[in-house]
Amino acid sequence: MQTTHVVDLRPDGQAPKPRPVRGVPSLSDRLFRRGSGLSGLLVLAIMAAVGLFLAIQAAQALRTTGASFLTTAEWQPDRGRFGIAAVLTGTISIALVAVAFSFPIASGTALFISEIAPPRVKKAFIAMVDLMAAVPSVVFGLWGLYFLQDQVIGLSRWLSIWLGWIPIFKVTGADPTNPLASESVYTASTFIAGIVVGLMVMPIQCSVMREVFSQAPAGEREGAFALGATRWGMVRAVVLPFGRGGMIGGTMLGLGRAMGETIAVLLIISPRFEITIHVLEAGSNSVSSLIALLYSESSDFGLSALFAAGLALFCLTLAINFTASAFVARSRSGATSEG
Amino acid sequence: MTTLLEPGAGEGTVLPLARHAPARTSAPVRRQMGGVTRNDRLTVLGALASAVCTSALLFGRVATFSGRFGFVVVTYVVFLATYALLVWLSDDRPAVIDKLMTVVLYSAAAVLASGLISVVSFTLWRGRTALGKSNLYVQDMSNAGPADPLTVGGIKHALVGTLMMITVALLITVPLGVACAVYLNEARSRVSRIVRTIVEAMTALPSVLAGLFIFATWILILGFERSSLAASLAISIMMLPIIIRSSDVVLRLVPGNLREASAALGAPAWRTVWHVVLPTARSGLATSIILGTARGIGETSPVLLTAGFTASLNTNPVSGPMVSLPLATFEFVRSPQPALVARGFATAAVLMGVVLALFIVARIIGGTGPANLSKRKAGRLVRRSARDVTRFNDATRGAPPC
Repeated sequence: MQTTHVVDLRPDGQAPKPRPVRGVPSLSDRLFRRGSGLSGLLVLAIMAAVGLFLAIQAAQALRTTGASFLTTAEWQPDRGRFGIAAVLTGTISIALVAVAFSFPIASGTALFISEIAPPRVKKAFIAMVDLMAAVPSVVFGLWGLYFLQDQVIGLSRWLSIWLGWIPIFKVTGADPTNPLASESVYTASTFIAGIVVGLMVMPIQCSVMREVFSQAPAGEREGAFALGATRWGMVRAVVLPFGRGGMIGGTMLGLGRAMGETIAVLLIISPRFEITIHVLEAGSNSVSSLIALLYSESSDFGLSALFAAGLALFCLTLAINFTASAFVARSRSGATSEG
Repeated sequence: MTTLLEPGAGEGTVLPLARHAPARTSAPVRRQMGGVTRNDRLTVLGALASAVCTSALLFGRVATFSGRFGFVVVTYVVFLATYALLVWLSDDRPAVIDKLMTVVLYSAAAVLASGLISVVSFTLWRGRTALGKSNLYVQDMSNAGPADPLTVGGIKHALVGTLMMITVALLITVPLGVACAVYLNEARSRVSRIVRTIVEAMTALPSVLAGLFIFATWILILGFERSSLAASLAISIMMLPIIIRSSDVVLRLVPGNLREASAALGAPAWRTVWHVVLPTARSGLATSIILGTARGIGETSPVLLTAGFTASLNTNPVSGPMVSLPLATFEFVRSPQPALVARGFATAAVLMGVVLALFIVARIIGGTGPANLSKRKAGRLVRRSARDVTRFNDATRGAPPC
């Protein structure tokens, strides 16, 4: 080991002055900062352009109808009578059916993955959920149209016969006394579309919840076990309270995704412009499928009306997404990777 | 409230264990916390058998409740009740609830898994005849009418279209998205916060609106024709926020001390980003880009609004309509012809294959955080630093000491 001798080489022997740390950034640094800032601004410009254009295009239609845009169920822009009352209720009811169906399964799977599954199964399930999130929506739509519909009609009929006195399960035109009645009153319904969309949003809900559940503090888990809790007792006392924000946030993220879904809904439902809460009945509608259905046959004004409907949908999904991410962010611990 | 110790309370605290516990002859047996015993397994199987029998009986009587779906639901409810009863015979209430909830969680996972398996296998099954014909992959639909058998025509045009659209979309989104994510991480100013908020907001944009935007601006106002370029632009608008957001998360995982070390060695900011930040986050970035690509490939609605539809191969991205795999699937299954529907399922299966391939590539490249090195990678790093040590030693041996 060599020893190092520090030799003061300054000729005048004065005390060293601190070097100024904040100097003028070099040319390359300035270019880099300018460049990356430019890309940020470009992205900002593109995104703002989409939002602004949406608003400007929608304004034309909204000016002519005013508040009746929210209350009209018909969609005849060229006759001046159009509104999103029916399509928006359709969108919301499809999304609610989807979430009602996906929430128990997604949270159950998330708990299974984070609490019960042995390591190898856990890895496989995480990969599977990720893969499911990447399955294209048109594939889900095909499955719903050609496979699920036949399976669900029996359930729809049973629900409408035995629970038809509850308004949402009522089916007008159904004839339970006639065993040979056509099943077409149950097809293409909000219920079926909702189940398919529910399956599509399940992975995102599940992965958000799983992540939050797995962050539940180990010390408190062990504490619960040490106090004699069963596994479910521990989950109820530690994991669920800790993960509540993530559960709400994940569910709402799924809700937002469910509202924007286009192709699967378009394949399954038959469009209908009536406000209805009878989810089992044939016919439904959603904003995004309305756009995909009518964009090419619309006049300029009709297109503006479609933009207005799209704007309403966007505002709704935006509000839901922001609320959801606020919930998820609050439930995360403040751990950072600094260090 | 304070409670005073009553006289004689001391005697009550003597553990009753001493009186009842037999003299220990061997080491205490450890209580079993987890795991599945034979008893558990038999209870589940017994409850399942009894549930199947009960609902088979029920379905003979209650005629209104029909269908395989209903049978499964009824069986499940009966199974839960029977299982609870069986466990209750031997265990107390918390244990019954625990076991019941364990079974419920298992079944939730099973429903999710069977949903995915059912979607995939149904698509493969319905598309099996068309998938087996080699002409599916090498021909387009220009010579095949709707009623033609599956031995004529294919989806080459859609396959090429998908690849061209996603390539152009990636050429736009990858440089812009990664640069923007770097900007969000390096410059923490008010502007960058606004950009982050806007990007986060745009992830909520329904994909059909991205299509409608391009349709209204690019095609109606600017007067360009429907083409694969328009579709690529629509897909880019949809993918850009997704890629920026996930890259931002990945870049945030790069340890701060690596950046500081690089800055302390005198590297300018761009060198720190280019040689330290991006290589550290490379696998994560690759994963987020690939998963964004998988989303973009599978989207139908932006393409539906912007690309038009054609039955023949078009390799020019800026003019003429072009179809992608999801759009072709959608158009095929809208027709009443069974042959076309079978083609639709085969197209969907090919699309799933493409997505699966991307997914596997993503798993191979990344999926691990920047600090978790695979064994091979860690070995490579160790060898490289050993080489550096010998290089340093050689250099210092030759040079005069200073």
